[in-house]
Amino acid sequence: MLKKLFMLIVAGFFLVSCAATNTEQGGDVDAASASSSSSSGGEITAGTQEDLIVNVGDRVFFEFDSSELTVDAQATLDAQAAWLMQYPDTNITIEGHADERGTREYNLALGDKRAFSVYSYLAQAGIDTNRMEYVSWGKERPEVIGSDETAYSQNRRGVTTVSN
Amino acid sequence: MHSIRNMFMIKKILIFLFISLNANAALEVTIAQGKVEPTPIAITQIFGADSDTARYGNTLRQIISNNLTNSGLFYTVNEDLYIQSENLVEKVPRFEDWKLIKAQFLLSADVSKIDKGIRLRMRLYDVFNAKEIEKLQLTIPDENLIRRVGHTVSDIVYERITGETGYFDTRIVYVSEVGPLDQRVKRLAIMDQDGHLDSHQFLTDGKNLVLTPRFAPNNQIITYMEYKNNLPRVYIYNLKTGEREIVGDFPGMTFAPRFSPDSQSVVMSFSDPNTANSEIYLMDLNTRALSRLTNDSGIDTSPSFSPNGEKIVFNSDRGGSPQLFIMDKNGGNIKRISKGKGVYGNPVWSPRGDLIAFTKLTQGNFHIGVMDINGNNERVIVRDFSLESPAWSPNGRYLIFHRQKRSNLDGTGGEVTLHFIDITGYNERVIPTPRDGSDPAWSPLL
Repeated sequence: MLKKLFMLIVAGFFLVSCAATNTEQGGDVDAASASSSSSSGGEITAGTQEDLIVNVGDRVFFEFDSSELTVDAQATLDAQAAWLMQYPDTNITIEGHADERGTREYNLALGDKRAFSVYSYLAQAGIDTNRMEYVSWGKERPEVIGSDETAYSQNRRGVTTVSN
Repeated sequence: MHSIRNMFMIKKILIFLFISLNANAALEVTIAQGKVEPTPIAITQIFGADSDTARYGNTLRQIISNNLTNSGLFYTVNEDLYIQSENLVEKVPRFEDWKLIKAQFLLSADVSKIDKGIRLRMRLYDVFNAKEIEKLQLTIPDENLIRRVGHTVSDIVYERITGETGYFDTRIVYVSEVGPLDQRVKRLAIMDQDGHLDSHQFLTDGKNLVLTPRFAPNNQIITYMEYKNNLPRVYIYNLKTGEREIVGDFPGMTFAPRFSPDSQSVVMSFSDPNTANSEIYLMDLNTRALSRLTNDSGIDTSPSFSPNGEKIVFNSDRGGSPQLFIMDKNGGNIKRISKGKGVYGNPVWSPRGDLIAFTKLTQGNFHIGVMDINGNNERVIVRDFSLESPAWSPNGRYLIFHRQKRSNLDGTGGEVTLHFIDITGYNERVIPTPRDGSDPAWSPLL
């Protein structure tokens, strides 16, 4: 319960900082770290989802209709790989998401490709594939509600979630 | 579930109890493309001797009148204008009186209680030629089947006058949506094609995300996608038994299912877990034999069979942006058919075989259109910010789809509704649903 509450707070700050900075690319990492300094204040348990969100960055963003990892995305995933090495008992599920400007079915396929891009990057970085699963949510679970590019750029994402 | 089973009983009942007393050749009314002037039809009061039968009569008249009006091919002449007010089931109408108010056709009916249930008698007249063109009676065991009787009579009138197959005694399965747009709760739901609330039922409880239901063309089975235990897979749902079953044991995501025309197979996308690349597969539901139809590094999805089962149209980004392609049923002979600019998706082959409906994103808007099966003669039927999921009426004259409004950062907007439109682009109507609705699909005639 507490965990959920905490995540909501972090997510809230995340949204606010994104809206304020309105960065097109790599805004995720900046926003996440920005919120960590302002919101944390308390104890973050190492190796948890909160730790990943606040201190590493749990997500990468994609260009329209693309599942290729940008330079920023690769930097985030390098940090995720290092973090996963540090906590070898941590298993993850990678979620692939799309913005709303495609058909439901095409976006399911695209979300799967995005999740897999993250998955295979982490695998190449040395993370055991037994620790990782991936799933596409297509356009079904937007992070930011809205019908404009600001929302879409935040919704075309791959999100790493701690599953144990 | 009980009422669903009841609904299925009626088919047999209607077949056994139909006593068509007259079999004139159908009056051919050719319907060319373009706007059609609705044909005026008068529908007398549907007479009942007691309060129950009078109530059934009112309900029936309303159903029939709504159906015919919603088709865009008829309008019901205002009752206040009727000069003759008697029951015309056993009596020849005074055609002059009906001509005077410009009714081209005249429907009269009555309802009575008999030993075995409820009996409806109906007569359809061609006013201008002053003759009876249809005469029938049918009996149902109880009033639960009244709505089906109304739809059946509507189909008979539609067929006799237009020469086309009717579509009123059918149902729509769709995804009922509620809750915030980032945590949408989605349930499969089913209702009569007119969306009447009395016919509405939920099929799933909303615990798992469900998407893209489609009817089998020949029976009451639905295929759809569900996130059970967060694993997105294709399922089938037997409406007669209520049984749900996964289609195949795949190690990765399966999605975008549709039945083959014989309802014996499901064609769908499978995302290979070693590459996350989506290919199209065909699974025989009887033998569970699986065949792979596409093999390309691009996304291949949204397959839809031609009604003769020989070809499949599908969506692929193999050339860069998502376009429409046609292939043989075994995957051979792949040809791109979409020719215009824009991002194409959701191809659906018409049950008449001659057209493919699709969505296209271009210049910031979605379009729903139709094209010939070789991609020629593309025309837009409806355009808006967000349109998706076209599905054909079983007679191939109409499309249903969903339309979503823009959403806002504060969580408002994003309302999504079901719509009906004639493929001429005229006569668009909202199909009412108790909550928001998306991904509609049409049943065959019951």
